Amino acid sequence: MPLQAPNSRRFRIVLTLVLAAGFALSARAIEVGNVAPAFMLKSARGNVDSAALKGKIIYVDFWASWCVPCKQSFPWMNEMQAKYGERGLEVVAINVDAKQVDADKFLAQIPAKFQVAFDAAGDTPKKFGIKAMPSAVIVGADGRVLHVHAGFRDGDKAALEAAIVAALDGLKKR
Amino acid sequence: MKRLSIHLLWLSTVALTLSGCAMQPPQAWEKGNLARKEMTMDADPLDQAFTQHVYFSKESASGGSGVGGGGCGCN
Repeated sequence: MPLQAPNSRRFRIVLTLVLAAGFALSARAIEVGNVAPAFMLKSARGNVDSAALKGKIIYVDFWASWCVPCKQSFPWMNEMQAKYGERGLEVVAINVDAKQVDADKFLAQIPAKFQVAFDAAGDTPKKFGIKAMPSAVIVGADGRVLHVHAGFRDGDKAALEAAIVAALDGLKKR
Repeated sequence: MKRLSIHLLWLSTVALTLSGCAMQPPQAWEKGNLARKEMTMDADPLDQAFTQHVYFSKESASGGSGVGGGGCGCN
């Protein structure tokens, strides 16, 4: 029997709605100027609450133990926190490992001298619409996104530091 | 005839779009298992390097089979 084209109008309307819903549900990546989603996550030292960090420049980093470039980003983030912490920079590295043990092993190998939060469920990267590991989002004092960066290579360091400095300069002017 | 071809076009568009949505790819933060060593096509790095060398020297093809690491969408 030859395949018959659907004729009913209702069928077409329903299909169109289904397709539209499918497109609408796909997560949108966060962009500069957007209000950064709030998060409240557990960390090694209690909780990390994005609301409590308001007024600071937050460098939100999404990382995982299995992510190779993340191993390079940690020493650099340590350096940034040490260098710009006094000026109001707060590095918050959100781990997305499914198992906490993997994250702990990574941290034992590469210690972090900044806040590390854990989100095994992946709600925060979903809210941020993260597309790559690692990803960095610089959030300004007003809670708006100032800079978005995917991946981490040696060549990215200068541009990322420049973005941090620009954000901190903006903080001083307020 | 024209009506049928329009219907066919509509049907194929729907089929294509729906099949595209059938399997949601893992999100960037869900690739822990994909990044494991045993998920690589060539588990033995020496063997892989040798194969690469053969491809490069005989066919002057390099870089086609990807680079180190994997799964995180960053390399």
